[in-house]
Amino acid sequence: MSTNGLSANGEQLSASAPGADAGKVIELREIDVFYGRVNALSKVSLEVRQGEIVALIGSNGAGKTTTLRTISGLISPRSGEVRLFGNSVRGLGAEHIARLGVGHAPEGRRLFSRMTVRENLDMGAYSRNDRTGIRTDLERVFTLFPRLRERASQLAGSLSGGEQQMVAIGRALMSAPKVLLLDEPSLGLAPILVDAIFEVIREINSKGTTILLIEQNALLALKTASRGYVLETGSVALSGPSAELIASPDIQRAYLGM
Amino acid sequence: MSEQSGTPAAPPASFGGADRSGSAMLVDQSGLGSRQARKGGVVSTVGPIFRAANGWVSRYFASLLVIMIVLAIALTGVQHGASLMGEQIKNALVLGAIYALVAIGYTMVYGIIELINFAHGDVFTASGFYAVFIASVLHLDSLATGSFGGLLLALAIVFPLSMLAAGITGVVIEFVAYRRLRDAPRLAPLITAIGVSFLIEGILLVFEGPDNVTTHQASWINGQAFAIGGVSIGYTDLFVVGMALLLMFALGTFVRRTRLGKAMRSTAQDRTAALLCGININRTISATFFIGSALAAAAAIIYSINYGVLKWNIGFHLGIIAFTAAVLGGIGNIVGAGVGGFLIGMIYVFGGSIFGGEWSESLIFAVLVLILTFRPVGLFGVEVTTRA
Repeated sequence: MSTNGLSANGEQLSASAPGADAGKVIELREIDVFYGRVNALSKVSLEVRQGEIVALIGSNGAGKTTTLRTISGLISPRSGEVRLFGNSVRGLGAEHIARLGVGHAPEGRRLFSRMTVRENLDMGAYSRNDRTGIRTDLERVFTLFPRLRERASQLAGSLSGGEQQMVAIGRALMSAPKVLLLDEPSLGLAPILVDAIFEVIREINSKGTTILLIEQNALLALKTASRGYVLETGSVALSGPSAELIASPDIQRAYLGM
Repeated sequence: MSEQSGTPAAPPASFGGADRSGSAMLVDQSGLGSRQARKGGVVSTVGPIFRAANGWVSRYFASLLVIMIVLAIALTGVQHGASLMGEQIKNALVLGAIYALVAIGYTMVYGIIELINFAHGDVFTASGFYAVFIASVLHLDSLATGSFGGLLLALAIVFPLSMLAAGITGVVIEFVAYRRLRDAPRLAPLITAIGVSFLIEGILLVFEGPDNVTTHQASWINGQAFAIGGVSIGYTDLFVVGMALLLMFALGTFVRRTRLGKAMRSTAQDRTAALLCGININRTISATFFIGSALAAAAAIIYSINYGVLKWNIGFHLGIIAFTAAVLGGIGNIVGAGVGGFLIGMIYVFGGSIFGGEWSESLIFAVLVLILTFRPVGLFGVEVTTRA
């Protein structure tokens, strides 16, 4: 199974030096998550370093969304530890984690559908006080997604799927996040829009925002990301640099349809 | 009918425990109604003609309702003369203003935590007594009746203080009784709310006694402002309606413009997304209870100034009717609750003047059944946000 330095069962072969927390934006240490009695994640360990794009791939129900929800504090792990920016966030509510600098564009977009696009974006900046910074970021979102400027005073619920996805990403960006969690940004979008969204994702990353990305389209995800994790039924089955994952016969068979 | 012309249509305060079971059933139905609130629909086994009629009724429900009210007003005018008609319009507006303020509290709380806060009506009663207490401790009655300036000062003292006390009551109720049940099945907080309602009524019964309590606030504002076509419009009437409209306008601006108002709206629409935006959900829900209860206090003072009596259990009764107003307007919709309050006031008064005052309340609930049948989303038809 493990070719080209790929690690199996979540164990990192090329482990970084012990205690080197610096640069680790997200670190999950052996996370167990339960929904009632259902074991959704078991012993998931994962890390995302400063400036990376990391892809989380896997089939439906593998635990990708649960992983993101655990990172942003919407679910608490039963055991294991979530560390953000080098510190444990045990006991912190989702609203506090959001304020630490974690932007999350959640599954299903979850816009405030009876508020305007502009109000949705404003809500993203809810916990910020720096007016000039907020204005700069709003301008930046409108530059990334010119369509949103045209639709600014329209109700978010009345937008097309692609536009709603732009609002979801824009809202997450408005918190000026250090790390951005994106849950299936391409879901339900026309192929041309998917390319556009991923272009924007790369651009956001090039400006210094770390990104953890869930994506059905594994090839697209791995081509965008520098590293990837493969989740299977709640555990990390494989992880490693994107190029090596793409080259792996297992991945090709299971996720890339080759 | 004619006995209503002199005395304003104050909702009767006598209400036994036996009626409660009926009210509880009503709420169950409405919860069901709002959950399947996609389109108005009776059972599909009825004939196609009926189904077509049903679609038509649900589409034009608002227009039909307004037409019925206008017809009822006209009929009252024909039967009893124009001056009684005018008198009744005035009564309906006064009553409607109170219902509207109370209905807003129901609708705000429902909008944000999907709970029919049965205790809300009793917070109304309690805050009426808060106002009486504040007025007596600070000797506001003599101040208010002394001069116009004194009246303004008394109002400027009694409104904020009572609203503050009521707001704190609401926040405490949520914190003690509802918060820990937030993720429990819907029935649990509902029953708890009924329990809180009983508790407040019990406390009021102990402290205020079983009989009508005359407040002296009816003497605060008096005199005729002007008369239109033989209908005397008192300063009290102007004050009641004006104050209610002012508060509703202020609330609307608050919810639309301020940071906390936006937090309340977004929490009502999607709690998870609100969390991800860094909104403190507990604080937002507390604020909602505070504002809803404060508006109930304003309504109670207005009630007391207008009718001059309070009783330990008026709020439960009035609250249920105000809740109907909230459903009529579309539960969760603040503007809807305001408009619904005035419409229910009209139905209450003119239904009473046509069928007899004893039928007023039956009529209100008949209207509620019609809403739930034909237009469960209410007149302002916004789909209720459901938690995922």
